[in-house]
Parts: sequence; C-alpha cells; structure tokens
Amino acid sequence: MKYAILVNEGPFNHQASDSAYQFAKSALQKGHEVLRVFFYYDGVLNGTKHSAPQADDRNIVKRWSELGKDYHLDLAVCVAAGLRRGITEEVVAPGFRITGLGQLVEAGIDADRTIVFGD
Amino acid sequence: MSVESDNSAEPKVKRFMYVNRKAPHGTVYALEVLEMVLISAMFEQDVHLTFLDDGVFQIKKGQNPSVLEMKDFSKTYRALDGYGIEKVFVEKESMEERGLSQDDLIIPVEIIGREELGALMESMDVVLSA
Repeated sequence: MKYAILVNEGPFNHQASDSAYQFAKSALQKGHEVLRVFFYYDGVLNGTKHSAPQADDRNIVKRWSELGKDYHLDLAVCVAAGLRRGITEEVVAPGFRITGLGQLVEAGIDADRTIVFGD
Repeated sequence: MSVESDNSAEPKVKRFMYVNRKAPHGTVYALEVLEMVLISAMFEQDVHLTFLDDGVFQIKKGQNPSVLEMKDFSKTYRALDGYGIEKVFVEKESMEERGLSQDDLIIPVEIIGREELGALMESMDVVLSA
C-alpha cells in the first residue's frame, strides 16, 4: 500500500504528531510505502531544529529526522504555514524540506490512502 | 479493496473532499483549509468542499472580524466558483442545530443530510478535514 500522511498538529501540544510517527514507522516496517509526510497548520513545528525537549521525554523532531534518514522518507513542510510560524530553510531539522501545498495534493493523487492526523 | 497502479500518461483525477468543521475564527484552521483548497484548484481534481459542525459559520453572512484584527477571508469563498470549485455542501443538521438556513449563507450550497453526506464521503478518494 502507498500511503500519504498529513500531520495537522504541532509536536508535544497534541498526540497527532506522535500517532502519525507511530503509524508511519509501523507502515514502513511492514514494507508499505510512505510517499510523503506533509506537515501543515501547526504541524510545521514538527520540523524545527530548535526543539529541545527534556532528556527523559521523546524527541519528536529528532525521531522524524531519523525515520526520514532510515527510510529515505520525504518530510515536507508547507512553506506558507511555515512562514507564518517562523519555520524557514534556516531552521528546518535534518531530513525535512520546505515545499508548497501542491505537494500535498500530488501525494493525495499518487497514494492509495491519505491519512490525516489531527482533530 | 485493491488499488491497481496506473502508469499511463493520462493525468489521474481523484475525488477530493475538503471538510471544514471549525468556526472561521478562534483557530487558524478555516483560513488554512481555504488556502489548501485554492491550491488544489490548480491540479484539476474533482474537488468537493463541505461545511459541517461549527464549520457552517465560515460561510455565514455579516462577518466583521476586523474588530478582532482578523482578516475577513469570508469574501474569498465567493470567488471559489471562479476557480472551478462548484461542488459545495453544507450538512443540514449542522445548519439547523445552529439556527441557520440557506438565506444566512454567502454562497449557494447544496444542503444534504448527515447520512447522505456520510455516503458522499465514502465515495471520495481523499478526504482532508480540519
């Protein structure tokens, strides 16, 4: 199965980002394809390299970066939503890239299933 | 359900539905869904736009968010048909629960019942909600 994943919420504030990560990781481990993880709304905050959670907590941003590296996963941050929230090329974490909303629509067209994580 | 991959050169047209469930202000969702819808119009997909729950307030007449220093993007909904987005649905129950009727809305919509809307969602390839 080819999946596209949309993350609508910021890290730590909302479970959506954790659930999206767990889903993506499981799907990839089971041999499915994840065409793209697209970060929109406050979801773009998943891509900031300045996130520094306490040592006994999960590091959501780093976790995405590592998953991206391990599976050559496309971690796409919306440029328009990102600009509003200060997420620009200068601050994106390794493995993330800034791109347009068109990439979400394209992923929706190419994927067998598009899964939305958010309220 | 199996989905066969199509490698032909023909462009794929999928049934997209954008579901608006939140009030126009208070959170950013309504504005950013609208931005998503406008972009999607460039991809020549079969776009459906739905308003339900507090989302029906997004297209209510007489909004004056400037007093809150918020942008009045409700005008943009009126431009959607110019982008080829003409399939606009409002859930009947959501509208009635909030004491609204078609006369209160800034754009013409198709009003459909909850069950019918569920069936319509079921028929979509991609449902993006916020």
